[in-house]
Amino acid sequence: MVRYIVKRLFQGLPLLLVISITLFLLMMNIGDPIATMGGRTITRQSDRERLTRQLGLDKPISVQYLYWLIGNDWTKVDSDGDGIPDNYGTRHGILRGDFGTSLVTRKPVTELIGERIPNTLLLMVASEVVTVFFALLFGIYSALRQYSVMDNIMTALLFIAYSMPIFFVSLMSMYIFAVLFKKWGLPYLPTVGMFDPQVGKTPWQIFIHMILPVFSLSVTYFAAYSRYIRSTMLEVLSQDYVRTARSKGLPRRQVVYIHALKNAALPIVTVIGLDLPFLLGGAVVTERIFAWPGMGRLFLDHVSRSDLPVVMGILMLVATAVVVFQIITDIIYAWLDPRIRFD
Amino acid sequence: MTSALLQVTDLQTRFHTPEGIVHAVNGISFHINEGETVAIVGESGCGKSVSMMSLLKLIPTPPGEISSGTAIYRGTDLLQKSEREMEDIRGKDIAMIFQDPMTSLNPVLTLGRQLTESMREHLGFTKEQAEERAVQMLEQVGIPDARRRINEYPHQFSGGMRQRVMIAMALSCAPSLLIADEPTTALDVTIQAQIVELVARIRESLHMAIIWITHDLGVVAGMADRVIVMYAGFIVEEADVNDLYDSPGHPYTLALLAALPRIDRRRDHHLKSIAGSPPNLLVAPHGCPFAPRCEFVIEKCRQENPPLIQIEKNHSSACWVDVKTGAPR
Amino acid sequence: MNNQTPTLSELADDLITPPLTLWQLGWLRFRRHKMALFGGVILILLFIFAFGGAFLYTEKYANFNDTSQRLLAPSAEHPFGTDSIGRDILARTIYGGQISLFIGLVSVIIETILGIIIGALAGYYGGVIDAILMRITEAMLNIPTIFLLIVMAKFFGGNVPEIEIAGRVFSGSVIVIIVIIGATSWMYLARIVRAEFLSLKENEFILAARATGTSNSQIIFYHILPNTVAPIIVSSTLSVANAILAEAYISFLGLGVMPPTATWGNMLESSAKYLDSAPWLWFFPGMLILLTVLSINFIGDGMRDALDPRSRTI
Repeated sequence: MVRYIVKRLFQGLPLLLVISITLFLLMMNIGDPIATMGGRTITRQSDRERLTRQLGLDKPISVQYLYWLIGNDWTKVDSDGDGIPDNYGTRHGILRGDFGTSLVTRKPVTELIGERIPNTLLLMVASEVVTVFFALLFGIYSALRQYSVMDNIMTALLFIAYSMPIFFVSLMSMYIFAVLFKKWGLPYLPTVGMFDPQVGKTPWQIFIHMILPVFSLSVTYFAAYSRYIRSTMLEVLSQDYVRTARSKGLPRRQVVYIHALKNAALPIVTVIGLDLPFLLGGAVVTERIFAWPGMGRLFLDHVSRSDLPVVMGILMLVATAVVVFQIITDIIYAWLDPRIRFD
Repeated sequence: MTSALLQVTDLQTRFHTPEGIVHAVNGISFHINEGETVAIVGESGCGKSVSMMSLLKLIPTPPGEISSGTAIYRGTDLLQKSEREMEDIRGKDIAMIFQDPMTSLNPVLTLGRQLTESMREHLGFTKEQAEERAVQMLEQVGIPDARRRINEYPHQFSGGMRQRVMIAMALSCAPSLLIADEPTTALDVTIQAQIVELVARIRESLHMAIIWITHDLGVVAGMADRVIVMYAGFIVEEADVNDLYDSPGHPYTLALLAALPRIDRRRDHHLKSIAGSPPNLLVAPHGCPFAPRCEFVIEKCRQENPPLIQIEKNHSSACWVDVKTGAPR
Repeated sequence: MNNQTPTLSELADDLITPPLTLWQLGWLRFRRHKMALFGGVILILLFIFAFGGAFLYTEKYANFNDTSQRLLAPSAEHPFGTDSIGRDILARTIYGGQISLFIGLVSVIIETILGIIIGALAGYYGGVIDAILMRITEAMLNIPTIFLLIVMAKFFGGNVPEIEIAGRVFSGSVIVIIVIIGATSWMYLARIVRAEFLSLKENEFILAARATGTSNSQIIFYHILPNTVAPIIVSSTLSVANAILAEAYISFLGLGVMPPTATWGNMLESSAKYLDSAPWLWFFPGMLILLTVLSINFIGDGMRDALDPRSRTI
């Protein structure tokens, strides 16, 4: 198993390398970072040149990529503009954990991302838990009552939920649970930020501020998973071994939750595991609408200011998460399926 | 007939599909006595499996529907029972084994788990008691090293071994009736014989009745007491096994026997296949369902479906023609 | 057997249903799919709304701003209300709908062409070509689409000139958006096509074609591709919904189609600011996007049931 994991990791590395090169090339045209740096306008030509040199932007793109990847502390760089390399560089490169320094805030990228990751993870984990819980509930219920009125109604509703763009769910839920509830004198939910600055960052504040973003992030995935779980359960319930279990006179509970669900769990776990890092995509929109201080908003803020180190850092983190989750999913699958576990 | 273990009368099962109603079983009646072995024979799709699954209420409803009939088992009608009551019958009084041992065992549960759960459910055994008995059962069906292998998973067994496990599983609660739904069809010929022999041996020790479903008359010749021949959801002939082989009373049975390879036949004797295909069960039956494929067909066959009538002692056939003479009855 | 009378064989023939082609069978199943038919009706109504509506309002009116008329609630004069600079929302949803539907359809054409070419090359030639193309596909699939869209929108979206098509002036960003949506969405289709090619190229009729010296391109386009049409159609249909959503997301984030050209997505962009004071700003375009996506998903689902050979259960 350990050998398998190591092998998979090594397979993932070239993939990440290809991704990083492609993205780096795309980054070269996302705008002039110096023009928007720190909100100040840099007008003096000499300042521009100095900054360009300091940031290494005067170098050819291949060299820039190399410095980004493995740093420049092994070679002398020209720091005073006389064309002669004088001092060793200070960057260690992303491979050694140095994501570089933000062009906008001048803070290390790892620090910027590190501040935001917990907030994003909070949203994602909460959404995933809510999504999976309700999807299992609805999916299994629907499958057990195939063709019933309830099943038909739920299928139609899930189809609508599945087609809902996240921003529309967000706006609708904000309007109903914040605006209308307030108007009707009902207890209403906050819509922006992570906590009320006047109250402070208490768990309760974070909780009530989470409700709407988590709801918005969950609706589409909930609908997709419910549909998937329903069809997987239906398929499993029609298998011969379920008929065998029933012919043994086992109670329905045992047939459904042990014989059927244990088999259905295999594809369900796979889909959920592979999808999990893609929730980050939804987080971009949700965090923007709800002004949630997470990685998605960090990405949007810095992409608009052409802050290459931050943007590249976030993208590589996301791509790595996808690779890692693929491996984790494989491991869980192998652990769940005796046909693989014992081979 | 008062001694019958199971008396089925006018059983009718249909499936409601988008294409229309599939008439799978069209009012069949039969009985089985304690300790008796009855074979049900017919081509695939003739309703033999569906009728047996109907008895245990294992038909998915919808789309399936048991639209009429009674099945009196030891004085009570199985078809009137609730799902909850059926759970007590299945596996305990009436057990079933299925055609494909490769798919009939749950791939993610150990054999031990699958073997013990019905004993714990029906007989109130503890885990240890059930495991002890499971090991005995496995040894009885000829699985070596049972105590160790009980912790393994189905994929670690061969097809024949899995069918032995299925049999051990079905027999663990000592049922009084075993329904075997083509248990040898998916297996190699040599293993087929072993399985038949195994079931015959266990039948003696448990004094158990067996309904053996098959499409192969050859398989049952040695073990069945009686044979029921089904076609298109009807019983077309019913007889003691020797009578059926010696003097078949229905053209379909004749055709089935002609299709059977026999070691005592001359080498130049060609096996006959039955022309045409089984009827479309979507069309409500009108006239004799076998008429389009029948050698003996007369005009009456297309007008009216012949009832199952006694032609000799313990021998019934549903045909307007006497196949021995070719003359109308 | 051999002594059957003609009447008998006639009878037997009655029992055998005549074989149907895949398409006839597909249409039969599709027609039975009530939700798919319902989706079809809604989609036709949406097209009538977006293209027929152009006879009621001119594009000039849709882009005409009158700041004295800003943020008016729906009324007889402005059935959907007006936006923050006094433009009529109904007229803008009509013209925005044209662009949104146009982007959805054209980007899917690009996606389909890319997907077929990449999938066919990888599946047919295998080996190194397959390895390279599939690594690229994997790399693209490794980043959530929204990130790719944002980065690409920034990459291509610098200063694009306005363009004129059929006497109408569009923001060049429409073309940019179409290209980037097409370029970021072909991966699933490429995988489907590749899998189909892998299984089809070993078939006897392909081997026969090869043995008779048919050229590779002829085998790809005339022998294999026609056999993969059903899954391609299903996937492409569902992709239209995703493309319309992608446009909406990227425009919602302010990186999509630039004003004054309206799309349902960019109409939503600034509307969050007026969440409580002017809900009609986001409600109508949002609802139209939802209806479009929903109806296409219904149709795609029906098509999958009808055409996908793997779901052949009746």
